[in-house]
Amino acid sequence: MSSDLKNTELFLRGIIQENTIFRQAISLCPAIAVTSTVRDGFMMGIAVLFVQTMVNMTVSSMRSAIHPRIRLPIFMLIISGWVTVTDMLCAAFAPGVYATLGLYIQLIVAFASILAAAESFASKNGVIKSTFDGLGRGAGFLLAMIAISAVRELLGKGTILDYPVLFGAKPLLIMILPAGGFITAGLLMALFNYLDQKFSKKAA
Amino acid sequence: MSHEFLKLFEIVIASSLINNFVFTRFLGLCIFFGVSKKTETAVGMSITFTAVMMISAAASWIIFNYLMIPLHLQFLKIVVFIGVVAGLVQASDTIMKKIAPALFHKLGVYLALISTNCIILAVPIINVDEKHSFLESIALALGSGIGFAIALIVMASLRERMEVANVPKVFKGLPLAFIITGMVALAFSGFSGLISH
Repeated sequence: MSSDLKNTELFLRGIIQENTIFRQAISLCPAIAVTSTVRDGFMMGIAVLFVQTMVNMTVSSMRSAIHPRIRLPIFMLIISGWVTVTDMLCAAFAPGVYATLGLYIQLIVAFASILAAAESFASKNGVIKSTFDGLGRGAGFLLAMIAISAVRELLGKGTILDYPVLFGAKPLLIMILPAGGFITAGLLMALFNYLDQKFSKKAA
Repeated sequence: MSHEFLKLFEIVIASSLINNFVFTRFLGLCIFFGVSKKTETAVGMSITFTAVMMISAAASWIIFNYLMIPLHLQFLKIVVFIGVVAGLVQASDTIMKKIAPALFHKLGVYLALISTNCIILAVPIINVDEKHSFLESIALALGSGIGFAIALIVMASLRERMEVANVPKVFKGLPLAFIITGMVALAFSGFSGLISH
């Protein structure tokens, strides 16, 4: 059941066709929770990219040793191990960011997308393919996080990466409130659908 | 005594309304958007979820305080808690199948979904971080369960109506659900300040 796709195709598939947030609509919690500034969204995206890739690598390299009946607990163990590593690294090297992201980084464990990738891809494919699959999915997540957080920070605070860009205009408070996160995600999802529709029509 | 009771009540209210997990902490969204299509499934999910969460919060509290602190294993809390949750879900699945097959037939499908819900993991972690007592931990679990139930049922009733509405094609389904959630979240922010310190 090994996948026939090339490595680059696998990478792109994770970003576009199977984009975790906009397409599959899973692992949404941090997409709303930590996207009020680009910095937070970026850090969270990097953390997920790291965990996703490492989990895919670990699972695919151990796949012949894992008995199918106990695979889910083993996957959870691998995921929680890597999440603990990420959690500690983040606490040690970026304590400022960790203060806001801490809980959400720990909750990467419960990410459906990571478990789904381990179950549906990494447990059936080789190490290199799985690494590319993980990188693609992680990058798709990272880009979605950056997109959502850029819109929210620009409209909610009038800044991008803390540089003021809206000269004198009053920012919309609602965008940095929880509600703004949901609304931004909904609008971006609709935009993604629209672009996809247009693009696929051209290709056909 | 009455003061303690008041504190517990406060935790329940705070975690269900003011800090509603779905609308202000954005947890459990996958399940929230996944099962909020029909009111009936929403009710089933909320009941199962609240029950499992209270048991798992109690179990995690006992394990953390009587096993992990004495052994200085606090850094393993993520690994241990996810294990507790997954084990409990599996156990309740088996027990329910044996003892109450009718109930299992109705709620069984939700059980498997629960282990991917981040709230169920967030509650034990928050309990540990805030150093809650045993009763406070259970109060937080109950409150978050109620909060999740409110959110899920409100959303399900809204989405049932939306099914028949004529909306632009690109907005159909999830995008619109997100925007509506945003508006409900805005309404929920009205609860902040309900408890003043």
